[in-house]
Amino acid sequence: MRTIRIGSGAGYSGDRIEPALELAEKGEIDYLVFECLGERTVALAQQARMKNPDSGYDPLLEERMRAVLPVCAAKGIKIVTNMGAANPEGAAKRTAEIAKSLGLSSLKIAAIVGDDVLDACKERDFPIMEFDGTIRQLGNRLLSANAYLGAEPMVQALSGGADVVITGRASDPALFLAPMIQAFGWPMEDWNLLGQGTVAGHLLECAGQITGGYFADPPYKDIPDLARLGFPIGEVAEDGSLVVTKVAGSGGAVTARTCKEQLLYEVHDPTQYIQPDVVADFSQVKIEEIAADRVRVSGGRGAKRTGTLKVSVGYIDSYIGEGQISYAGPGALARGRLALEIVRERLKLTGVSTNELRFDLIGVDSLHGAQLSAGANEPYEVRVRVAGRTENLREAVRIGNEVETLYTNGPAAGGGAWKSARDVVAVASVLLPRELAKPQIRFVGE
Amino acid sequence: MRLREIAHSRTGDKGNTSNISVIAYDEKHYSLLLEQVTSERVRAHFTGVVEGEVVRYELPDIAALNFVMTQTLGGGVTRSLALDAHGKSLSSALLDLEIIASPDNT
Repeated sequence: MRTIRIGSGAGYSGDRIEPALELAEKGEIDYLVFECLGERTVALAQQARMKNPDSGYDPLLEERMRAVLPVCAAKGIKIVTNMGAANPEGAAKRTAEIAKSLGLSSLKIAAIVGDDVLDACKERDFPIMEFDGTIRQLGNRLLSANAYLGAEPMVQALSGGADVVITGRASDPALFLAPMIQAFGWPMEDWNLLGQGTVAGHLLECAGQITGGYFADPPYKDIPDLARLGFPIGEVAEDGSLVVTKVAGSGGAVTARTCKEQLLYEVHDPTQYIQPDVVADFSQVKIEEIAADRVRVSGGRGAKRTGTLKVSVGYIDSYIGEGQISYAGPGALARGRLALEIVRERLKLTGVSTNELRFDLIGVDSLHGAQLSAGANEPYEVRVRVAGRTENLREAVRIGNEVETLYTNGPAAGGGAWKSARDVVAVASVLLPRELAKPQIRFVGE
Repeated sequence: MRLREIAHSRTGDKGNTSNISVIAYDEKHYSLLLEQVTSERVRAHFTGVVEGEVVRYELPDIAALNFVMTQTLGGGVTRSLALDAHGKSLSSALLDLEIIASPDNT
Protein backbone atom coordinates (compact mmCIF):
# COMPACT_ATOMS: atom_id res chain seq x y z
CA MET A 1 0.00 0.00 0.00
CA ARG A 2 1.22 3.51 -0.80
CA THR A 3 2.45 5.59 2.09
CA ILE A 4 3.40 9.24 2.34
CA ARG A 5 5.56 10.86 5.01
CA ILE A 6 4.55 14.32 6.22
CA GLY A 7 6.88 16.35 8.44
CA SER A 8 5.64 19.06 10.79
CA GLY A 9 8.12 21.93 10.66
CA ALA A 10 6.58 24.44 13.08
CA GLY A 11 4.01 24.40 15.85
CA TYR A 12 3.62 28.16 16.02
CA SER A 13 4.87 31.33 14.38
CA GLY A 14 8.05 31.76 16.42
CA ASP A 15 9.04 28.08 16.54
CA ARG A 16 12.60 26.73 16.20
CA ILE A 17 13.79 26.48 12.61
CA GLU A 18 16.59 23.91 12.62
CA PRO A 19 14.30 20.95 13.47
CA ALA A 20 12.44 21.70 10.22
CA LEU A 21 15.69 21.63 8.29
CA GLU A 22 16.57 18.36 10.02
CA LEU A 23 13.23 16.92 8.84
CA ALA A 24 13.89 17.99 5.26
CA GLU A 25 17.47 16.69 5.24
CA LYS A 26 17.10 13.44 7.16
CA GLY A 27 13.38 12.72 7.55
CA GLU A 28 12.79 11.14 4.13
CA ILE A 29 9.62 13.19 3.96
CA ASP A 30 7.39 13.94 0.97
CA TYR A 31 5.73 17.01 2.47
CA LEU A 32 6.84 19.64 4.97
CA VAL A 33 4.04 21.53 6.71
CA PHE A 34 4.51 24.73 8.72
CA GLU A 35 1.58 25.66 10.97
CA CYS A 36 2.31 29.21 12.10
CA LEU A 37 -1.01 30.96 12.62
CA GLY A 38 -2.32 31.44 16.16
CA GLU A 39 -5.86 32.55 16.94
CA ARG A 40 -5.20 36.25 16.73
CA THR A 41 -2.14 36.27 14.45
CA VAL A 42 -4.19 37.12 11.35
CA ALA A 43 -5.75 40.10 13.11
CA LEU A 44 -2.33 41.41 14.15
CA ALA A 45 -1.00 40.78 10.64
CA GLN A 46 -3.97 42.66 9.18
CA GLN A 47 -3.06 45.63 11.39
CA ALA A 48 0.51 45.44 10.07
CA ARG A 49 -0.74 45.27 6.49
CA MET A 50 -2.90 48.36 6.96
CA LYS A 51 0.32 50.24 7.74
CA ASN A 52 2.36 48.56 5.00
CA PRO A 53 0.48 46.80 2.16
CA ASP A 54 3.49 44.59 1.32
CA SER A 55 3.64 43.13 4.84
CA GLY A 56 1.07 41.05 6.70
CA TYR A 57 2.66 37.63 6.34
CA ASP A 58 4.67 35.63 8.84
CA PRO A 59 7.76 37.54 10.07
CA LEU A 60 9.86 34.34 9.91
CA LEU A 61 8.77 33.43 6.36
CA GLU A 62 12.03 34.56 4.83
CA GLU A 63 14.25 32.81 7.38
CA ARG A 64 12.26 29.56 7.14
CA MET A 65 12.14 29.52 3.35
CA ARG A 66 15.84 30.31 3.01
CA ALA A 67 16.60 27.45 5.40
CA VAL A 68 14.51 24.73 3.75
CA LEU A 69 13.92 25.64 0.09
CA PRO A 70 17.25 24.35 -1.26
CA VAL A 71 16.94 20.89 0.28
CA CYS A 72 13.19 20.67 -0.39
CA ALA A 73 13.75 21.56 -4.04
CA ALA A 74 16.57 19.03 -4.36
CA LYS A 75 14.51 16.22 -2.86
CA GLY A 76 11.12 17.15 -4.33
CA ILE A 77 9.57 17.83 -0.90
CA LYS A 78 6.38 19.89 -1.21
CA ILE A 79 5.81 22.67 1.32
CA VAL A 80 2.37 23.54 2.71
CA THR A 81 2.05 26.44 5.13
CA ASN A 82 -0.33 29.06 6.53
CA MET A 83 2.51 31.60 6.80
CA GLY A 84 0.54 33.80 4.38
CA ALA A 85 -1.40 35.15 7.38
CA ALA A 86 -3.11 38.36 6.19
CA ASN A 87 -1.26 38.43 2.87
CA PRO A 88 -0.82 35.00 1.21
CA GLU A 89 -0.11 36.51 -2.21
CA GLY A 90 2.58 38.79 -0.77
CA ALA A 91 4.11 35.80 0.99
CA ALA A 92 4.04 33.75 -2.24
CA LYS A 93 5.72 36.56 -4.21
CA ARG A 94 8.38 36.97 -1.53
CA THR A 95 8.96 33.21 -1.54
CA ALA A 96 9.36 33.27 -5.32
CA GLU A 97 11.98 36.02 -4.98
CA ILE A 98 13.83 34.01 -2.36
CA ALA A 99 13.68 30.90 -4.57
CA LYS A 100 15.07 32.90 -7.49
CA SER A 101 17.90 34.30 -5.37
CA LEU A 102 18.77 30.71 -4.40
CA GLY A 103 18.83 29.63 -8.06
CA LEU A 104 15.53 27.76 -7.74
CA SER A 105 13.39 29.75 -10.17
CA SER A 106 11.59 26.68 -11.50
CA LEU A 107 9.69 26.15 -8.23
CA LYS A 108 5.93 26.60 -8.61
CA ILE A 109 4.51 28.66 -5.78
CA ALA A 110 0.79 29.03 -5.12
CA ALA A 111 -1.16 31.32 -2.81
CA ILE A 112 -4.64 30.46 -1.54
CA VAL A 113 -6.73 33.58 -1.11
CA GLY A 114 -10.35 34.07 -0.09
CA ASP A 115 -10.20 33.33 3.62
CA ASP A 116 -10.65 37.09 4.14
CA VAL A 117 -14.44 37.33 4.48
CA LEU A 118 -14.63 40.74 6.13
CA ASP A 119 -16.88 42.20 3.42
CA ALA A 120 -19.28 39.26 3.46
CA CYS A 121 -19.48 39.46 7.25
CA LYS A 122 -20.18 43.20 7.25
CA GLU A 123 -22.77 42.88 4.50
CA ARG A 124 -24.83 40.13 6.10
CA ASP A 125 -23.94 40.71 9.77
CA PHE A 126 -23.67 37.67 12.05
CA PRO A 127 -24.03 37.06 15.78
CA ILE A 128 -20.81 36.66 17.78
CA MET A 129 -20.56 33.25 19.44
CA GLU A 130 -18.63 34.25 22.57
CA PHE A 131 -20.69 37.23 23.76
CA ASP A 132 -23.89 39.13 23.02
CA GLY A 133 -23.43 41.26 19.95
CA THR A 134 -22.94 41.14 16.21
CA ILE A 135 -20.16 41.91 13.77
CA ARG A 136 -21.65 45.28 12.85
CA GLN A 137 -21.92 46.25 16.50
CA LEU A 138 -18.12 46.09 16.75
CA GLY A 139 -18.15 49.22 14.58
CA ASN A 140 -14.75 50.71 13.89
CA ARG A 141 -13.13 48.37 16.41
CA LEU A 142 -13.49 45.56 13.83
CA LEU A 143 -10.13 44.67 12.24
CA SER A 144 -10.47 41.40 10.37
CA ALA A 145 -12.67 38.39 9.64
CA ASN A 146 -11.06 35.25 8.28
CA ALA A 147 -12.75 31.94 7.58
CA TYR A 148 -11.07 28.67 8.47
CA LEU A 149 -10.82 27.21 4.97
CA GLY A 150 -10.70 23.47 4.40
CA ALA A 151 -8.32 21.29 2.40
CA GLU A 152 -9.91 21.62 -1.05
CA PRO A 153 -8.09 24.69 -2.40
CA MET A 154 -4.76 23.31 -1.16
CA VAL A 155 -5.53 19.98 -2.86
CA GLN A 156 -6.20 21.83 -6.11
CA ALA A 157 -2.96 23.78 -5.80
CA LEU A 158 -0.99 20.57 -5.24
CA SER A 159 -2.79 18.92 -8.17
CA GLY A 160 -1.86 21.95 -10.25
CA GLY A 161 1.80 21.18 -9.62
CA ALA A 162 2.55 23.56 -6.77
CA ASP A 163 5.81 22.90 -4.94
CA VAL A 164 4.93 25.45 -2.27
CA VAL A 165 1.37 26.19 -1.14
CA ILE A 166 0.85 29.27 1.04
CA THR A 167 -2.48 29.95 2.72
CA GLY A 168 -3.86 32.49 5.12
CA ARG A 169 -6.43 31.26 7.62
CA ALA A 170 -7.09 27.56 7.11
CA SER A 171 -7.92 24.84 9.56
CA ASP A 172 -4.63 23.62 11.02
CA PRO A 173 -5.32 19.88 10.47
CA ALA A 174 -6.38 20.68 6.88
CA LEU A 175 -2.77 21.69 6.09
CA PHE A 176 -1.91 18.01 6.64
CA LEU A 177 -5.15 16.57 5.28
CA ALA A 178 -4.63 18.26 1.91
CA PRO A 179 -1.50 16.26 0.97
CA MET A 180 -3.26 13.01 1.98
CA ILE A 181 -6.34 13.78 -0.11
CA GLN A 182 -4.23 14.81 -3.08
CA ALA A 183 -1.76 11.93 -2.91
CA PHE A 184 -4.35 9.19 -2.43
CA GLY A 185 -7.32 10.67 -4.26
CA TRP A 186 -9.52 10.36 -1.17
CA PRO A 187 -13.15 11.31 -1.93
CA MET A 188 -14.25 14.48 -0.15
CA GLU A 189 -17.31 12.57 1.16
CA ASP A 190 -15.46 9.66 2.75
CA TRP A 191 -16.07 10.97 6.24
CA ASN A 192 -14.25 8.18 8.08
CA LEU A 193 -11.09 8.60 6.00
CA LEU A 194 -11.22 12.38 6.44
CA GLY A 195 -11.81 11.83 10.17
CA GLN A 196 -8.75 9.60 10.49
CA GLY A 197 -6.73 12.06 8.38
CA THR A 198 -7.86 14.83 10.73
CA VAL A 199 -6.55 12.79 13.68
CA ALA A 200 -3.18 12.70 11.90
CA GLY A 201 -3.23 16.42 11.18
CA HIS A 202 -4.33 17.29 14.71
CA LEU A 203 -1.53 15.19 16.23
CA LEU A 204 1.14 16.71 13.99
CA GLU A 205 0.12 20.38 13.87
CA CYS A 206 1.82 21.45 17.12
CA ALA A 207 5.15 19.95 16.02
CA GLY A 208 7.28 19.41 19.15
CA GLN A 209 4.25 18.93 21.39
CA ILE A 210 4.04 15.28 20.26
CA THR A 211 7.76 14.51 20.37
CA GLY A 212 8.22 15.39 24.04
CA GLY A 213 7.77 19.16 24.19
CA TYR A 214 5.17 20.53 26.66
CA PHE A 215 5.43 17.10 28.31
CA ALA A 216 8.55 16.62 30.46
CA ASP A 217 7.82 16.50 34.19
CA PRO A 218 10.79 14.96 35.99
CA PRO A 219 10.97 12.43 37.53
CA TYR A 220 7.53 11.20 36.39
CA LYS A 221 7.88 11.97 32.70
CA ASP A 222 11.48 12.30 31.55
CA ILE A 223 12.34 13.22 27.97
CA PRO A 224 15.90 13.06 26.60
CA ASP A 225 17.66 15.92 24.86
CA LEU A 226 14.92 18.59 24.75
CA ALA A 227 17.43 21.17 23.49
CA ARG A 228 17.64 19.13 20.28
CA LEU A 229 13.95 18.21 20.16
CA GLY A 230 13.10 16.51 16.87
CA PHE A 231 9.88 17.45 15.10
CA PRO A 232 7.34 14.76 14.15
CA ILE A 233 6.73 12.80 10.99
CA GLY A 234 3.38 11.21 10.15
CA GLU A 235 3.54 8.11 7.99
CA VAL A 236 0.11 7.89 6.43
CA ALA A 237 -1.03 5.01 4.25
CA GLU A 238 -3.68 5.07 1.56
CA ASP A 239 -6.23 3.52 3.95
CA GLY A 240 -5.56 6.27 6.51
CA SER A 241 -3.48 4.16 8.88
CA LEU A 242 -0.97 6.31 10.72
CA VAL A 243 2.38 5.89 12.44
CA VAL A 244 3.83 8.91 14.26
CA THR A 245 7.62 9.01 14.42
CA LYS A 246 10.58 11.41 14.22
CA VAL A 247 14.06 11.65 12.73
CA ALA A 248 16.36 8.95 14.15
CA GLY A 249 18.95 10.47 16.47
CA SER A 250 17.04 13.69 17.15
CA GLY A 251 16.11 14.69 20.69
CA GLY A 252 12.79 13.98 22.35
CA ALA A 253 10.58 10.90 22.23
CA VAL A 254 7.41 9.75 20.50
CA THR A 255 5.50 7.53 22.93
CA ALA A 256 1.91 6.45 23.50
CA ARG A 257 1.83 9.01 26.31
CA THR A 258 2.95 11.98 24.21
CA CYS A 259 0.40 10.98 21.56
CA LYS A 260 -2.47 10.64 24.05
CA GLU A 261 -1.79 14.08 25.52
CA GLN A 262 -1.69 15.67 22.09
CA LEU A 263 -4.83 13.82 20.91
CA LEU A 264 -6.88 15.68 23.53
CA TYR A 265 -5.04 19.02 23.27
CA GLU A 266 -7.57 21.81 22.64
CA VAL A 267 -10.33 19.25 22.11
CA HIS A 268 -13.72 19.64 23.76
CA ASP A 269 -16.28 16.93 22.91
CA PRO A 270 -14.04 14.21 21.41
CA THR A 271 -16.94 12.80 19.37
CA GLN A 272 -17.36 16.12 17.56
CA TYR A 273 -14.16 17.83 16.50
CA ILE A 274 -15.67 20.21 13.98
CA GLN A 275 -13.51 20.90 10.94
CA PRO A 276 -14.29 22.59 7.61
CA ASP A 277 -14.06 19.25 5.77
CA VAL A 278 -15.52 16.81 8.30
CA VAL A 279 -16.81 16.46 11.84
CA ALA A 280 -14.09 14.23 13.22
CA ASP A 281 -14.65 11.72 16.02
CA PHE A 282 -11.61 11.04 18.23
CA SER A 283 -13.52 9.04 20.85
CA GLN A 284 -12.53 5.58 19.60
CA VAL A 285 -8.93 6.31 18.67
CA LYS A 286 -6.46 3.62 19.68
CA ILE A 287 -2.79 4.33 20.36
CA GLU A 288 -0.06 1.68 20.53
CA GLU A 289 3.72 1.75 20.61
CA ILE A 290 5.06 -0.58 17.90
CA ALA A 291 8.78 0.25 18.22
CA ALA A 292 11.00 2.91 19.76
CA ASP A 293 9.69 6.32 18.68
CA ARG A 294 7.03 4.67 16.51
CA VAL A 295 3.40 4.91 17.60
CA ARG A 296 0.44 3.57 15.63
CA VAL A 297 -2.73 5.64 15.84
CA SER A 298 -5.98 4.19 14.48
CA GLY A 299 -9.74 4.41 14.87
CA GLY A 300 -10.34 8.03 13.89
CA ARG A 301 -13.79 8.39 12.37
CA GLY A 302 -15.92 11.14 10.94
CA ALA A 303 -19.36 12.43 10.02
CA LYS A 304 -20.62 14.76 7.32
CA ARG A 305 -19.24 18.30 7.39
CA THR A 306 -21.47 21.16 8.56
CA GLY A 307 -22.94 23.88 6.34
CA THR A 308 -20.91 26.63 7.96
CA LEU A 309 -17.31 27.73 8.34
CA LYS A 310 -15.93 29.15 11.56
CA VAL A 311 -14.72 32.71 11.11
CA SER A 312 -12.14 34.27 13.38
CA VAL A 313 -13.01 37.93 13.94
CA GLY A 314 -10.26 40.27 15.11
CA TYR A 315 -11.20 43.45 16.94
CA ILE A 316 -9.77 46.03 19.30
CA ASP A 317 -11.18 44.93 22.63
CA SER A 318 -9.67 47.30 25.16
CA TYR A 319 -6.34 48.50 26.55
CA ILE A 320 -4.21 46.84 29.21
CA GLY A 321 -1.83 48.66 31.54
CA GLU A 322 0.56 46.72 33.71
CA GLY A 323 3.36 47.25 36.21
CA GLN A 324 5.68 44.94 38.13
CA ILE A 325 8.27 45.33 40.91
CA SER A 326 10.23 42.83 43.04
CA TYR A 327 10.92 42.39 46.76
CA ALA A 328 13.31 39.88 48.33
CA GLY A 329 14.81 38.65 51.58
CA PRO A 330 13.15 38.51 55.02
CA GLY A 331 9.66 40.00 54.94
CA ALA A 332 9.49 40.05 51.15
CA LEU A 333 5.93 38.69 51.12
CA ALA A 334 4.68 41.31 53.61
CA ARG A 335 6.28 44.12 51.61
CA GLY A 336 4.80 42.70 48.41
CA ARG A 337 1.32 42.65 49.95
CA LEU A 338 1.82 46.20 51.25
CA ALA A 339 2.86 47.30 47.76
CA LEU A 340 -0.35 45.86 46.28
CA GLU A 341 -2.45 47.64 48.90
CA ILE A 342 -0.73 50.93 48.12
CA VAL A 343 -1.31 50.62 44.38
CA ARG A 344 -4.93 49.57 44.91
CA GLU A 345 -5.52 52.71 46.97
CA ARG A 346 -3.54 54.96 44.62
CA LEU A 347 -5.59 53.90 41.60
CA LYS A 348 -8.71 54.94 43.50
CA LEU A 349 -7.23 58.16 44.91
CA THR A 350 -6.01 59.36 41.54
CA GLY A 351 -9.18 58.28 39.74
CA VAL A 352 -7.76 55.86 37.18
CA SER A 353 -10.72 54.55 35.20
CA THR A 354 -10.64 50.76 34.77
CA ASN A 355 -13.08 48.00 33.78
CA GLU A 356 -11.16 45.19 35.43
CA LEU A 357 -8.16 45.00 37.77
CA ARG A 358 -5.90 42.23 38.89
CA PHE A 359 -3.38 42.18 41.77
CA ASP A 360 -0.86 39.32 41.74
CA LEU A 361 2.18 38.26 43.68
CA ILE A 362 4.26 36.32 41.19
CA GLY A 363 5.80 33.36 43.00
CA VAL A 364 2.88 33.25 45.42
CA ASP A 365 -0.59 33.39 43.90
CA SER A 366 -0.44 34.81 40.36
CA LEU A 367 -1.30 31.65 38.43
CA HIS A 368 -4.09 29.86 40.28
CA GLY A 369 -5.50 32.35 42.77
CA ALA A 370 -5.92 32.34 46.54
CA GLN A 371 -7.41 28.89 47.20
CA LEU A 372 -4.88 26.70 45.40
CA SER A 373 -1.97 28.90 46.55
CA ALA A 374 -2.99 28.99 50.23
CA GLY A 375 -0.73 26.21 51.56
CA ALA A 376 2.54 27.37 50.03
CA ASN A 377 5.58 28.32 52.12
CA GLU A 378 6.86 31.88 52.19
CA PRO A 379 9.16 32.46 49.20
CA TYR A 380 12.55 34.20 49.30
CA GLU A 381 11.40 36.73 46.73
CA VAL A 382 8.12 37.93 45.27
CA ARG A 383 7.22 40.00 42.26
CA VAL A 384 4.29 42.38 42.53
CA ARG A 385 2.11 42.58 39.44
CA VAL A 386 -0.85 44.88 38.83
CA ALA A 387 -2.77 44.69 35.56
CA GLY A 388 -5.90 46.54 34.53
CA ARG A 389 -8.23 46.89 31.58
CA THR A 390 -9.09 50.38 30.42
CA GLU A 391 -10.99 52.13 27.65
CA ASN A 392 -8.00 54.04 26.32
CA LEU A 393 -4.22 54.05 26.29
CA ARG A 394 -3.87 57.13 28.52
CA GLU A 395 -5.60 55.38 31.43
CA ALA A 396 -3.64 52.17 30.80
CA VAL A 397 -0.34 54.07 31.14
CA ARG A 398 -1.38 55.32 34.59
CA ILE A 399 -1.54 51.77 36.00
CA GLY A 400 2.11 50.98 35.32
CA ASN A 401 3.10 54.42 36.60
CA GLU A 402 1.46 53.71 39.96
CA VAL A 403 3.60 50.59 40.30
CA GLU A 404 6.79 52.31 39.18
CA THR A 405 6.40 55.13 41.71
CA LEU A 406 6.71 52.50 44.45
CA TYR A 407 10.47 52.88 43.92
CA THR A 408 10.55 56.10 45.93
CA ASN A 409 7.12 56.04 47.58
CA GLY A 410 6.51 52.41 48.48
CA PRO A 411 7.86 49.68 50.78
CA ALA A 412 11.60 49.24 51.40
CA ALA A 413 13.90 47.72 48.83
CA GLY A 414 11.63 47.39 45.82
CA GLY A 415 13.64 46.73 42.64
CA GLY A 416 13.38 45.93 38.97
CA ALA A 417 10.22 47.87 38.20
CA TRP A 418 8.76 47.36 34.74
CA LYS A 419 5.66 48.72 33.05
CA SER A 420 3.71 48.46 29.83
CA ALA A 421 0.55 49.72 28.18
CA ARG A 422 -0.91 48.29 25.00
CA ASP A 423 -4.03 47.89 22.96
CA VAL A 424 -5.61 44.47 23.03
CA VAL A 425 -6.47 42.84 19.73
CA ALA A 426 -8.83 40.04 20.67
CA VAL A 427 -10.61 37.45 18.58
CA ALA A 428 -14.17 36.21 18.62
CA SER A 429 -15.97 33.84 16.27
CA VAL A 430 -18.98 33.77 13.97
CA LEU A 431 -20.35 31.00 11.75
CA LEU A 432 -20.53 31.83 8.06
CA PRO A 433 -22.62 29.92 5.51
CA ARG A 434 -20.00 27.89 3.65
CA GLU A 435 -20.88 29.19 0.18
CA LEU A 436 -20.05 32.80 1.16
CA ALA A 437 -16.32 32.02 1.32
CA LYS A 438 -14.84 31.80 -2.17
CA PRO A 439 -11.28 30.48 -2.06
CA GLN A 440 -9.06 30.96 -5.10
CA ILE A 441 -5.67 29.63 -6.10
CA ARG A 442 -3.13 32.05 -7.52
CA PHE A 443 0.16 30.79 -8.90
CA VAL A 444 2.93 33.37 -8.75
CA GLY A 445 3.70 34.76 -12.18
CA GLU A 446 0.35 33.87 -13.71
CA MET B 1 -1.89 9.70 47.15
CA ARG B 2 -1.85 12.49 44.61
CA LEU B 3 -3.39 12.14 41.17
CA ARG B 4 0.11 12.77 39.85
CA GLU B 5 1.14 9.26 40.94
CA ILE B 6 -1.26 7.56 38.52
CA ALA B 7 -1.99 10.05 35.75
CA HIS B 8 -0.54 12.67 33.46
CA SER B 9 -2.24 15.71 32.04
CA ARG B 10 -2.16 18.49 29.44
CA THR B 11 -4.07 21.76 29.16
CA GLY B 12 -5.42 23.28 25.95
CA ASP B 13 -7.22 26.57 25.36
CA LYS B 14 -9.91 27.93 23.05
CA GLY B 15 -11.26 31.39 23.76
CA ASN B 16 -12.44 31.51 27.38
CA THR B 17 -12.59 27.71 27.67
CA SER B 18 -9.83 25.49 29.03
CA ASN B 19 -9.66 21.73 28.56
CA ILE B 20 -7.54 19.46 30.71
CA SER B 21 -6.86 15.83 29.88
CA VAL B 22 -6.23 13.33 32.66
CA ILE B 23 -4.62 10.16 31.32
CA ALA B 24 -3.89 7.03 33.37
CA TYR B 25 -0.26 5.89 33.18
CA ASP B 26 -1.58 2.36 33.59
CA GLU B 27 -4.97 1.31 32.18
CA LYS B 28 -5.80 -0.48 35.44
CA HIS B 29 -6.16 2.91 37.13
CA TYR B 30 -8.80 4.18 34.70
CA SER B 31 -11.60 3.01 37.01
CA LEU B 32 -10.05 5.06 39.84
CA LEU B 33 -10.10 8.12 37.62
CA LEU B 34 -13.73 7.46 36.66
CA GLU B 35 -14.76 7.10 40.32
CA GLN B 36 -12.79 9.89 41.90
CA VAL B 37 -11.91 12.53 39.32
CA THR B 38 -15.44 13.80 38.81
CA SER B 39 -16.60 17.08 37.30
CA GLU B 40 -17.75 18.17 40.75
CA ARG B 41 -14.34 17.58 42.31
CA VAL B 42 -12.54 19.34 39.48
CA ARG B 43 -14.94 22.29 39.79
CA ALA B 44 -14.29 22.48 43.56
CA HIS B 45 -10.50 22.15 43.09
CA PHE B 46 -10.53 25.12 40.75
CA THR B 47 -12.72 27.38 42.89
CA GLY B 48 -11.80 30.94 42.02
CA VAL B 49 -10.39 29.84 38.66
CA VAL B 50 -13.37 28.26 36.86
CA GLU B 51 -16.32 30.65 36.63
CA GLY B 52 -18.43 28.46 34.34
CA GLU B 53 -19.19 24.75 34.23
CA VAL B 54 -17.04 21.64 34.08
CA VAL B 55 -18.02 18.86 31.67
CA ARG B 56 -16.24 15.50 31.68
CA TYR B 57 -15.76 13.31 28.60
CA GLU B 58 -14.63 9.69 28.90
CA LEU B 59 -12.18 7.97 26.53
CA PRO B 60 -11.90 4.34 27.66
CA ASP B 61 -9.79 3.29 24.64
CA ILE B 62 -6.91 5.43 25.88
CA ALA B 63 -7.83 5.33 29.59
CA ALA B 64 -8.32 9.07 29.68
CA LEU B 65 -10.76 11.75 30.78
CA ASN B 66 -11.17 15.18 29.22
CA PHE B 67 -12.45 18.07 31.31
CA VAL B 68 -13.87 21.08 29.53
CA MET B 69 -14.10 24.15 31.75
CA THR B 70 -15.95 27.22 30.51
CA GLN B 71 -15.37 30.84 31.62
CA THR B 72 -11.93 29.96 32.91
CA LEU B 73 -9.42 32.09 31.01
CA GLY B 74 -10.01 35.64 32.23
CA GLY B 75 -12.53 36.47 29.50
CA GLY B 76 -10.51 34.76 26.74
CA VAL B 77 -6.89 34.03 25.93
CA THR B 78 -6.53 37.01 23.63
CA ARG B 79 -7.85 39.56 26.17
CA SER B 80 -7.05 38.11 29.61
CA LEU B 81 -5.24 40.11 32.29
CA ALA B 82 -3.73 36.91 33.66
CA LEU B 83 -0.02 36.13 33.64
CA ASP B 84 -0.77 32.68 32.20
CA ALA B 85 -3.46 33.75 29.79
CA HIS B 86 -3.62 30.31 28.15
CA GLY B 87 -4.03 28.51 31.46
CA LYS B 88 -1.21 26.18 30.45
CA SER B 89 -0.17 25.71 34.08
CA LEU B 90 -3.60 24.41 35.17
CA SER B 91 -2.82 20.76 34.39
CA SER B 92 -0.11 20.69 37.05
CA ALA B 93 -2.55 22.06 39.62
CA LEU B 94 -5.06 19.32 38.83
CA LEU B 95 -2.43 16.60 39.34
CA ASP B 96 -2.28 17.69 42.99
CA LEU B 97 -5.79 16.27 43.55
CA GLU B 98 -5.96 13.70 46.38
CA ILE B 99 -6.85 10.16 45.29
CA ILE B 100 -7.83 7.46 47.77
CA ALA B 101 -6.29 4.13 46.81
CA SER B 102 -7.85 0.90 48.03
CA PRO B 103 -6.08 -2.48 48.00
CA ASP B 104 -8.08 -3.77 45.02
CA ASN B 105 -7.46 -0.79 42.75
CA THR B 106 -3.76 -0.09 43.08
